Amino acid sequence: MDIAPTASAAPKNPPPKGPSGKDSATRPGDRIFLGLSRGSGIALLVIMAAIAVFLTWRTLVALAENEGNFLTTFEWSANADPPVFGIAVLAYGTIVSSIIAMVLAVPVAVGIALFISHYAPRRIATPMAYVVDLLAAVPSIIYGLWGALFLVPHLTGLYEWLDQFFGWTGVFAYNGGAPRSLFTVGILLAIMILPIVTNVSREVFKQSPKMQEEAALALGATRWEVVRMAVLPFGRSGVISASMLGLGRALGETMAVATVLSPNFLINASLLNPGGGTFAQNIAAGFKEAGDIGRDALIASGLVLFVITLLVNGAARLIIARRKEYSGANA
Amino acid sequence: MKLQPTNRLRTLAVGAAVVSSALVLSACGSDDNTGGGNEAGGTKAASNIKCDGEGNLLASGSSAQKNAMDIWVKNYQAACEGSAVNYKPTGSGAGIQEFLQGKTGFAGSDSALKEDEVEQSKEVCEGGQGINLPMVGGPVAVGYNLAGVDDLVLDAETIAKIFDSKITQWDDEAIKKLNPDAELPSTKIQAFHRSDESGTTDNFTEYLHAAAPDAWKYEPAKAWAGKGGQSADGSSGVATNVKNNDGAIGYFELSYATGNSIPTVKLDTGAAEPVEATVDNASAAIAAGKVVGEGDDLAMELDYATKADGAYPIVLVTYEIVCDKGNDKQSLDLTKSFLTYAASEDGQSALADAGYAPIPDEIITKVRETISSLS
Repeated sequence: MDIAPTASAAPKNPPPKGPSGKDSATRPGDRIFLGLSRGSGIALLVIMAAIAVFLTWRTLVALAENEGNFLTTFEWSANADPPVFGIAVLAYGTIVSSIIAMVLAVPVAVGIALFISHYAPRRIATPMAYVVDLLAAVPSIIYGLWGALFLVPHLTGLYEWLDQFFGWTGVFAYNGGAPRSLFTVGILLAIMILPIVTNVSREVFKQSPKMQEEAALALGATRWEVVRMAVLPFGRSGVISASMLGLGRALGETMAVATVLSPNFLINASLLNPGGGTFAQNIAAGFKEAGDIGRDALIASGLVLFVITLLVNGAARLIIARRKEYSGANA
Repeated sequence: MKLQPTNRLRTLAVGAAVVSSALVLSACGSDDNTGGGNEAGGTKAASNIKCDGEGNLLASGSSAQKNAMDIWVKNYQAACEGSAVNYKPTGSGAGIQEFLQGKTGFAGSDSALKEDEVEQSKEVCEGGQGINLPMVGGPVAVGYNLAGVDDLVLDAETIAKIFDSKITQWDDEAIKKLNPDAELPSTKIQAFHRSDESGTTDNFTEYLHAAAPDAWKYEPAKAWAGKGGQSADGSSGVATNVKNNDGAIGYFELSYATGNSIPTVKLDTGAAEPVEATVDNASAAIAAGKVVGEGDDLAMELDYATKADGAYPIVLVTYEIVCDKGNDKQSLDLTKSFLTYAASEDGQSALADAGYAPIPDEIITKVRETISSLS
């Protein structure tokens, strides 16, 4: 509160364009607004701190009881006596399924965004943007049910094909069971993060400098060359932040993964064979019947997810900061 | 343009509401596909319920008895105005914990109190301790999906080997021997188990461990211990996957099999005829068990290896846990009155349509006596 509510302050800092004689009337509003926005900022910090403190405290309780190695044990028997649990499988599953989702979703999302912002006629672009928004509004349990009842039975053919031609790599070997694997989860997550990546990218592409695009056109560049030379470099940092938003959702997705995946505590060389697990899915599955230690162990795994997400966000910020020259209005 | 922020907010709010309700639905949904068919019980029971005590009765625990509780609560509240019973299906572990903290009038649990939990209960129950009252039973069915085969018969050893990935083809010799007349295809077996911890898994592995100790070496537990196979979330998840995959087999409460029209395995227990998973056959198996609790405690030990004719041995018995003495004075009357109804003939028979097996006469009589002596 450095603005004193006295009348003498008014002539020193005249508001830029308020109607005359209304100075004193706007002051309480100013103060309230300042208080509100500052309060919101503080509230955010307090909430984050509270979550971090809670997670850390519970994690310490759980780790003190753990008989296994928290980072390398391939087992989750947190309710057994003595409790043994480790996050290796969960960390692997979470990261691998998210990477698959990113690899599948980001190119498509950028394609859709470019189509909407630079290729499609207005009549098509508007409804299409609307449809993408709709995709974002579908709750994740619906994606999960769709994945389990429709996607999984229809992936068998694709998996057999992958196994036939790429099975020798080991990564795409497939044993013929119901395909409820990390790869399936990756495909489903890709669909779920598509709208968020598309929307943010589209907004960025729309703001690419018109002058540069027109200059490129004037020099005889084709559409594709304009996109490559004027739009993509400008939008790169925006696409990166969009991808990180999507990655955040993929890392934390719970219900859809729990519905589609066939979890176990083994790391499978093949992405197509059922098995694996993710942090959020494991918490959802274990929480209902967990005892004291079991619950703290799940919370400890939650802390690891929290840290991974922080690292991902930090990395994204670094990348964006390095490309500041292009960052435009959307970094 | 000016309207957009509000619209977006509204979309957000609606979205959030949908998401959270979906979560709530799915959270309760794990054991929730029956219900209905209890109207007859409702009207009949209304006249026989003795109302005593007023206010709110809180209880929580096992989700396996959620549907039974729903039926009882509905009937009880219809008959007794001014009293409300609120049962939260939080899972057995959480239910016992809340009871031990004195937050609830009674807990529902798939397993009896452990020794250290009995010790802890002495703090809540002044001058007494926590006791187990068997109140609801039910068969755990082994459902399968195999084109061209119905009336499949299996025994404990074969089931144990299938779920431990030791038998991997449907035309395995062991299965052929039990089903000489069936045309078994060479389809691969896909065994589905629960990915979440559950009393259903506990009872199922309890059975395998007791009836086929050589084939099933793992200790029975709520978390799945077997090798291989696929897993799914909740009984509904297992049932859905069995339904959708040819060659699949899985275990779940009987109501999920009838609800999804999944054929169930007949068990060759050594009885004259292979036993089907039905409510009556489950009651017969519960009757073969005996009460092992001392004093007022009615904790049961089931005879999973029973060879009695018409006894289906994969059964789940869930308990209500109360204090024998030193119950919370305010809710005591209501607790007694509600449990008396649940253990009454009307209360027990109202459950049959929901896939639950009534507790056999001999045991439920003791339960009624114990309830009337609660203080």
